[in-house]
Amino acid sequence: MLLIPCPFCGPRPEIEFVYGGEAHIARPADPSALDDAAWAAFLHTRSNPRGRHAERWRHLHGCARFFNVVRDTVTDRFAEHEAGG
Amino acid sequence: MTYSFLRLAAEALRGQTGWTPAWRDPEPKAEYDALVVGGGGHGLATAYYLAREHGITNVAVLEKGWIGSGNAGRNTTIIRSNYLLPGNEAFYEHSMKLWEGLEQDLNYNAMVSQRGVLNLVNSDAARDAAARRGNAMRLHGVDAELLDADGVRAMVPYLDFDNARFPIKGGLLQRRGGTARHDAVVWGFARAADRRGVDIVQNCEVTGIRVSNGRVMGVETTRGFIGAGKVGLAVAGNSSRLAGMAGMRLPIESHVLQAFVSEAIKPLIDCVITFGAGHFYISQSDKGGLVFGGDIDGYNSYAQRGGLPLVEDVMEAFMALLPLAGRLRVLRSWGGIMDMSMDGSPIIDRSPIEGLYLNTGWCYGGFKATPASGWCFAWTMAKDEAHPLNAAMRLDRFASGALIDEKGAGPYPNKH
Repeated sequence: MLLIPCPFCGPRPEIEFVYGGEAHIARPADPSALDDAAWAAFLHTRSNPRGRHAERWRHLHGCARFFNVVRDTVTDRFAEHEAGG
Repeated sequence: MTYSFLRLAAEALRGQTGWTPAWRDPEPKAEYDALVVGGGGHGLATAYYLAREHGITNVAVLEKGWIGSGNAGRNTTIIRSNYLLPGNEAFYEHSMKLWEGLEQDLNYNAMVSQRGVLNLVNSDAARDAAARRGNAMRLHGVDAELLDADGVRAMVPYLDFDNARFPIKGGLLQRRGGTARHDAVVWGFARAADRRGVDIVQNCEVTGIRVSNGRVMGVETTRGFIGAGKVGLAVAGNSSRLAGMAGMRLPIESHVLQAFVSEAIKPLIDCVITFGAGHFYISQSDKGGLVFGGDIDGYNSYAQRGGLPLVEDVMEAFMALLPLAGRLRVLRSWGGIMDMSMDGSPIIDRSPIEGLYLNTGWCYGGFKATPASGWCFAWTMAKDEAHPLNAAMRLDRFASGALIDEKGAGPYPNKH
């Protein structure tokens, strides 16, 4: 069971959260200006690191807010978090 | 040494003293014609078919641990070819046909058992989907039978048919599906490849990929640099890491999938049963343990262990389907790292780097694909082009839009 540090509610069990995938992937402001490769990179390509991973979670069954957090994908240890999406 | 009844009888008479190791333990050479990174089922099958089908025998398989230490030893051993989409079905049926002749081909008992794979349906919509998939299979010449509730009851009477939430309305049965002994599959491929001259190099971790002018030159390993004109990556959950060594980013996320085995009980389940409503699959091993699993945990992970919420989820599905589960004890659980692709289908293709080939994106369906994956990857590496069977499993489909989205879930790797 992950104990996920919600920046608004404190550490809460994993079952209250929904995973939102890699953080800091912004939808391009003007998709029609992108070529296919750039659009595919936004939609499908991920860093998928072994180690520190910046990711989004949503505390759906709590405050329902999104936040970003850095977790180690090997040890599952959470490093830091920030509000916002 | 060829295994046969005569050999067995001879060894019985002289106290089993004449057996030799199933494969050599060679020092890696400085240079090979082709390298396969990853000594799992797919990598070993690739090396075997490179030697058998294409005559390329100056090949090494590099494995960071030992043969069978990764996902090859962590799956639930199910083989089947009950897919819907044209880009998938012919490929998986080729795999099924290779399974059917595998033991004679490898001279190794992989314990392939065509005991039938039964996908239960729990609603009218699920029955429609099963009928459609069954029809698609039959159009590809694959066996499929749609059973009604009585047909399922005759096969597996101990299920909870009148479950209030998920009543069992029928099922889609592929009788040619079944199970195989997962360790024996990798051991058999390793031995057969070794007999054709392939070097199986264990405890040799790749730490870098050397690329010069857009061409692969070889790999850096914990046992020194090994040169090769062709390098194939078949490293499952570590695909993003290895591709990253060559400067590539992939449409892959690594997720942990757990599997479980119960204590051994008397013969109960004589086929493979899958329960789509709760995403649960179960079979019984020859030792008697019930082997079962469910969903991935749902977040990126390289830890070969999962969390308890998913354990609870799998056990709930088990209880919903088979109330007798409440009297069973779970013996062991374990986790493996899955290479989840963005459309739920694999990639067997060349990469943008000349001489570097990708075999990845198996999600949690890699075991059944082992022979065809190796067969197609060997073809792609030897001829530098895809075989028609893996022509749709391209890396650039994510840009072109020609996705193979078997489940229709969209670009969410934790939903496949």
